[in-house]
Amino acid sequence: MAKRVVITGMGVVSPNGVGLADFLEALKQGKSGIRHVAKYEELQMSCHVAGVPEFEWDKLKSYLSEVSFHGLKGTNIAYGITAALDAWADSGMPYETDEPHWDTGCVFGNSAPDSDATKNVINKVDNKEVKKLGSRIVEQTMNSGVTSFISGRLGLGNRVVTNSTACATGTQAILMGYEYIQSGLAKRMVVGSGEHIDTYIFGTFDSMRVLSRKFNDQPERASRPMSASSGGFIPGSGAAALILEDLDFALARGARIYAEVLGGAANSGGQRNGGTMTAPNPAGVIRCISDAIASAGIDPADIDLVSGHLTATMADRQEIQSWSNALGRSGKDFPLINSVKSMIGHCLSAAGSIESVACILQLIHGFVHPNINLEDPNPEILKIIDAGCMPTKMIKKDINLIAKANFGFGDVNACLFFSKYNKDK
Amino acid sequence: MTREEILDELKSVFAPYTTNKEMLANINDQTDLITDLKINSANLVDIIIDAEAKYNIEIDYDSADKMINVGSCVDVIAEKLKQK
Repeated sequence: MAKRVVITGMGVVSPNGVGLADFLEALKQGKSGIRHVAKYEELQMSCHVAGVPEFEWDKLKSYLSEVSFHGLKGTNIAYGITAALDAWADSGMPYETDEPHWDTGCVFGNSAPDSDATKNVINKVDNKEVKKLGSRIVEQTMNSGVTSFISGRLGLGNRVVTNSTACATGTQAILMGYEYIQSGLAKRMVVGSGEHIDTYIFGTFDSMRVLSRKFNDQPERASRPMSASSGGFIPGSGAAALILEDLDFALARGARIYAEVLGGAANSGGQRNGGTMTAPNPAGVIRCISDAIASAGIDPADIDLVSGHLTATMADRQEIQSWSNALGRSGKDFPLINSVKSMIGHCLSAAGSIESVACILQLIHGFVHPNINLEDPNPEILKIIDAGCMPTKMIKKDINLIAKANFGFGDVNACLFFSKYNKDK
Repeated sequence: MTREEILDELKSVFAPYTTNKEMLANINDQTDLITDLKINSANLVDIIIDAEAKYNIEIDYDSADKMINVGSCVDVIAEKLKQK
């Protein structure tokens, strides 16, 4: 029989709050983490703002040995370690262990290894200084650097995987961890994802003209999902991690249970019928949501909240149309819907995990975070759902069932359902 | 530069790569980098790179292979300094 999977710990490094307490407050207050980045203006980018966590590098010293800390330069790795170790501690587990945790694995994703670290390699190699690179570079330029640091620090002995599906990475990491536990392959999984948008990654998106450039002088207003004035997305950096456990395993060790992962699905639209490298095939999105509904065994009428992908591009309208079709709900009957990206921008690979932590916080604290900057809802969206479905102020409300989805370049989709833990399910 | 001076300075070169601070404070020629100072063997190359930068010398592969305990590190560095 399939195992039930629960969430017992979380950690987050978000542009609008580092650590669960700060992130929770930021979500409730609708606090923006979008800041002006002088470097982007200097480099003549079109977009000059980004979601940047207020990350204190020296705090890493309390997470890593002095030897590991020395020589660590990869920011994405630093974010990932912080989120994962915070989540582990939050689940009530100690960092130290002599024997590997054979029953615990890790799926943690990122879009690219740190390109500043890669730049260092390119410069030294081209400059005939390859001998000066040293031993600490490979671990920071290999794509599995983050999972290697996390699993090494915590002594994880089950399967350790680095996943990557663009903006669906974080959601997919959670789904993969859920599937390993559900099928009995692992008792516990550290899942999540990270992203550090350095100037080079930022530049590749800026060049595509998909970033907002109309609010460079008002960073906090720049990310505007679902609004008529949305003019592209704002990249953001950060990481988040969740500890998933087999329900019986969690109960046996007396763990605090935050919520349950009821099910989920991932697929691709095949880059057909409107789907391209950069745009989703709506049939793929609808199928992914429908498959997730079937996997979770829920009735779409019971969904309280949709945490959308909703990046603040032209794609927002089509996304809401796909949700509406998949759920069979529209107008005033549509669930509440919000986008964490209005506050933190689009954290690419980290989006799914940071936004999932936001979902769980809303479940356990009984609120719906506001969509900030939604001053002028897109009229085309209002033809599908009622304006009241898109809260612009925080709503205090008992939330039991949340749908979370993210869609990524390559026409890849991932959808999850989270609910409160009910022991009598 | 005397052997004693080099040995004393090497403590700061080794420091980032060992958590065994007590042993580091009392190193002598016989102290083994891997078994005594518990330095990860992969980090030996970093110690060589750091020593090259610190003394502005070049340590070739053959000399580097000899650097397994504190005494041999001092010998190699002293020899390279003499060649400058």
